Parts: sequence; C-alpha cells; structure tokens
Amino acid sequence: MKIMNYLSELENKTIYIIREAYSRFRNISLLWSIGKDSTAMLWIARKAFFGKIPFPVMHIDTNYKFKEIYEFRDKYAKIWGLNLLISRNNSAIESGMGPEVNKFKCCNALKTIALKDTIKKYNLKALLLAIRRDEHGIRAKERYFSPRDLNFKWDYQNQPAELWNLYKAGLNSDEHLRVHPMLHWREIDIWRYIAQEKIPVTPLYFAKNNLRYRSIGCETCCMPVKSNANTIKKIVRELETTKTAERSGRAQDKEDTYTMQKLRSLGYM
Amino acid sequence: MDRETLSIVITGHVDHGKSTLIGRLLLETGSLPKEKLAEIKKISNALGKDTEIAYLIDQFKEERSKDMTIDTTQIFFKTRKRDYVIIDCPGHLELIKNMITGATLAETAILIIDCAEGIMEQTKRHAYIIAMIGIRNIIVVINKMDLVNYSQEKFIEIKSAINTLFQTLDMKPYFIVPISAKDGVNITKKCSKLNWYNGPSFLKALDMLKPSREKTSRSLRLPVQDVYDIEKKRVLVGKILSGSLVKGKEILVLPGSAKAKIADIKIFGKKPKKASNGENIGITLDRDIDVKRGCVIVDKESTSRLENRFQGHIFWMSEKPLEINRPFNIRCATQEVKCIAEKIERKINSSTLEMISDNPDKVGLNESAKVSFKTDRPIVIEEFSRLKELGRFVIEGDSALLGAGIII
Repeated sequence: MKIMNYLSELENKTIYIIREAYSRFRNISLLWSIGKDSTAMLWIARKAFFGKIPFPVMHIDTNYKFKEIYEFRDKYAKIWGLNLLISRNNSAIESGMGPEVNKFKCCNALKTIALKDTIKKYNLKALLLAIRRDEHGIRAKERYFSPRDLNFKWDYQNQPAELWNLYKAGLNSDEHLRVHPMLHWREIDIWRYIAQEKIPVTPLYFAKNNLRYRSIGCETCCMPVKSNANTIKKIVRELETTKTAERSGRAQDKEDTYTMQKLRSLGYM
Repeated sequence: MDRETLSIVITGHVDHGKSTLIGRLLLETGSLPKEKLAEIKKISNALGKDTEIAYLIDQFKEERSKDMTIDTTQIFFKTRKRDYVIIDCPGHLELIKNMITGATLAETAILIIDCAEGIMEQTKRHAYIIAMIGIRNIIVVINKMDLVNYSQEKFIEIKSAINTLFQTLDMKPYFIVPISAKDGVNITKKCSKLNWYNGPSFLKALDMLKPSREKTSRSLRLPVQDVYDIEKKRVLVGKILSGSLVKGKEILVLPGSAKAKIADIKIFGKKPKKASNGENIGITLDRDIDVKRGCVIVDKESTSRLENRFQGHIFWMSEKPLEINRPFNIRCATQEVKCIAEKIERKINSSTLEMISDNPDKVGLNESAKVSFKTDRPIVIEEFSRLKELGRFVIEGDSALLGAGIII
C-alpha cells in the first residue's frame, strides 16, 4: 500500500474536516482574510467540492486593509466563482473607529463585531477559519470544532473533549461552531503547499527593498520583517532557518501579553 | 524535503514536569523564536519568579498564575532525523478530557514521573488511557533526578514499579530514561551526573522510535461522508479507510444488499483511474441506489463485520453515568446509531487499575469498563487493532460527548 507524502496527508485531513462541517450544518461560511493560510484553505475547499464551493466565502473588511488585499480579493473571487460576502461594521467605521483610538477596541469593533453581525444576519451555524496551532500559543489550544455561545465567548477553561476525527456534531440552538481545518499545518507547510500547487498569493509576502510581510492584516497594524525572500522558494528557505516568530509584525499580539487571549475569548479569530 | 513527522503526547501526574520538559526540549534544540524567550522572562519576572520555561507551553493567564496546564497545547520542533509535534497535556484529574483530546492526536506517548513522588494516581490513569486508545510507542522518563542526587538506587526502584504497572496493561515501554528537565540533564545529551546510566538520552530515545504505521488491509472500506449533486450526478464523498478503488469495480453498499459498479472516481483537478487508502475522494455509481451518509462501501464479495452487537473498552467522561438499557448515540466513522449498553462486563478504577465491584449497572465519571452494546441497526465495525477508524467510537447524548471506546 502506498504511504502518502506529508503535504498530501495534511491536505486530505483538511478536506475531511471541511466536508464534515458542510455535511453537518450546510449553512456555513469560509472566512477569507486573503492571507496565505485562508487562501490555501480556500484552495483546498475548492478541491473538496470539485471546483464550486457551495456556501459563501466571507471577507471581514475593516476598511484598513492593504490595497493589494482588495485587488487580490476581487480578482480571485471572480476567477474562482466565489459567492463573496463582505462583512463590515459600517457604523463603527463611520464614527471614526481606528487603531489610533485603541488597538484592542479597534480589532474588537471592526473584526469581531462585524463578524458577529454577519453570523446573526445569515444564521450561520459554522465558520471555517484558517488558524494554525504553530502561529500563536493561544491558538495551539484550539480544537478543530470549537463551539461559541450566543455572545461568541470562547469558554477556553471548559472546552469539550475532541476525540480522533469524531468531531463535535451537536449544537445548542444559540451556539455556532468555529471549525479550524488548517490547525495542524505549520507556516512552512503552507508555503511548501503553495509552491507545490502554484496557489496565487498577494505580492505583499515577497520582499521589496529588503522587507516583506510574513503575516498580513490591516495596513495600520502590520509591520514588514527584514528579508530578501522575493520568491516562494526563498521564503521556504528563509523559514527553514529563521528564529523570528511569524506574528512578530502583528501589533495586536504585542500590546500586552494576554491581548490575544482576551481578543479570542471575546470571539476574535 | 519530505521529512518524517512524529506526533508525541507528554502525559503524567500533575507537577511531575510535563511543561518543563517541553520547554527544555525547545530550548536545547534551538526551536525558540528569540521574542519568546524574552517574553517568558518578562512574564516570569512580573509574577515574581525565576524564568519558568513551562510558560512556553502554558499560554493562558490562568495557567501561568496557577502554575498548571489547563488545556492541551501543541508545539513543534525538529531534530536532524525528523520533525516533531509535541502535545502537552494537563495532569489534573478534572482536566482529563483535555488529556484524552491530546492523546488521541498522538502516535507516541511519553509518560513522565517525578522520581521523588513515584507513581501517582494520574500516572496510572494516563498509562491506562494511553493503552486504551491504542498507543504502543511509549517512553517513560523519570524526572527530577536532581532531587535525589541522581541516585541509581532510586531510579532502579521506580523503574521496576513502572515495569510492573505496564505489565498489568500488557505493554512495555521502549525506554525508561532518567532526566532532570529543570537542569537540562540527559535531555539532548548524556551527562556525567548519570554515569551509571547506559541508555540513550531522552532526545536520542525519541529519534530511535519508529512511527507506528497501521498494517493496511486490502479490503475496501469507504464510509460515505456526504452526497453532493454535481452536474445532475450524485457524487458520494468520503475517505477510503482501507483497500482501493478502480473504475468499473463492483461494490456493495452496507447496510443492505445494493450492489453497483463505480462509474467514475473524482478528485478535483485530476482524472484518477484508481484511489486508495487515506484519500478523500468522490465517486459516482452506474445505477441509482439509495446511499446516504453513514453507509459504508465495501468490496462486492465482502466479509466485513456488519453487526448490531459488539463489545468495547470504554472510558466515561460525563457526570451522568452510563446505565444499562438507557439509550444514547454512538458514532463510528460517519455512522451514527442509537444504542444501549446491554451488560457491563467489568469495571476498572482507572487510577488504581483495580476492579470495581460496586454499582455493577453503572459506569461513572472517569471510570473504565468493558461493555456489551446493542445498536438499533447494524453497523460496519472492525477490531481496533485491525482498522482504527472503524474500531473506535464516541458516545453522545444531548449533543454532548459522554464517553469513548474501542472495539474488541
């Protein structure tokens, strides 16, 4: 019997999880930040459903994203025939919410609350999110299928057990599930997979003037890292030797030690 | 480029040093981003402590202030030989569900024991759970050797108790390694403080383990996960658990006697003629038969076990006990059926590994038992040792997980 190669094993596990979420709830959505992880997840979701994803793909638009992100989103939403759902907290944006007010409040208002409103509006039962265990210690504590209550609270002190691939199926009426099909991937796996599959990614990841973004989000809160990696191959090589954390350029991880835990317990991705 | 990956779970009694061992491994294999070390120094200082390497793993605020792991964490590191995923588990009894969650993700287990305290309640329970969920690759580490002046005598005493413990579980650890995680002794290399010890260092022992590959059977098992309507065709999707498929092959859909031929195998972007175990695929059939999630596709001349009675070893995780004849749901691969326990054959206290004779009609929280089940319709099962994914199940009630088990 053949033994699968490593990337193929990761991909197959992700397909199984995506299909499991759809099989259980039908009314689900995939969260696409346009970053490398969620773009890889989207790529795999297209495989899971033979080219046509049968549910909406959601972009949470804070109004502060890089212009490259908007361009990439609109281009590939069309090419891949996505049912794109744009989720924005317009009232907060109009009343001047921004990172200069307070980074924690801004993340909460423009991402978490926007997401809450969209989930309510469309009565979504499960959300596919491309978080990975190796990107942040708090994310390393996540389950593949993680329930959230009406207030989107993550009850991290009392997470249900998750055994093998027999994922949580039942939901209370006021719960929804965060489903994490990419949880077992590492940053370097993502890049090796992008290389293997020739998945398009935004140019922000490639070095220009010795700087590149390793993790992208809002333009206001992302800092590039020093790097000469201007091709996927060079990025893989860089990651094989780096000692810098992936999210070292992300402001919300740094404010204070537990910002990520606080944000996540309020429903942040 | 295609390096081997081994997933290991670190288990053991509370405070025996699980998180410290992982912190030490990361430190000594150079797997830490530099910001991480600065961050834990800062936090340790803020909490008025020396640099606490366990904080690398214990990420929650509550975990650091209470000096305990609450939930399972995964961390990655590599050696020259291969990549590792390490899963740290909480050692507290109340957090046993988090420990089991971590353990089911691993193919290798490390059981850590404080040499001053010796074998404790959770040491036995974790050993039992490791055995029950089918992990056979085991290393025992005897930690805190610094507290007993690296005494060979003490090591031999605990080693012999461990061997006895594993004998009762019908298992044998591959290595029993003395270490001091706090001082970094015998983690990555041998140390003169343990000059009486002839075995490998902990990391060397890890590298010597072989990944446990399941012996795969040739007979087809494809549990149907879902049915999609694509371009007016019904596409059955699922993961092939064993065996393989070729176009034109005759198959049988269980439960029932409906047979069909495979008209097409679908993998997006490919035109496969064949698919085999591990692959998540779609298929279309040459005739219209009733197939839904939970059906299992097998070879036409199959000798599969399609049964409505079976025995399992279970571990119970709910305050509400398992009771004879009270209905609940059982899930095995994509199959889901109503079920009752007909008979509790024997019950084991997982912390002492002794038989329990009281309340013979109930299995309570954190108890283990051998149970005879009856389902309301037949399902396709296998012995766990033959095919894991059809040999394991979870028990649910009111949308909550109550227990889990393996089929014997």
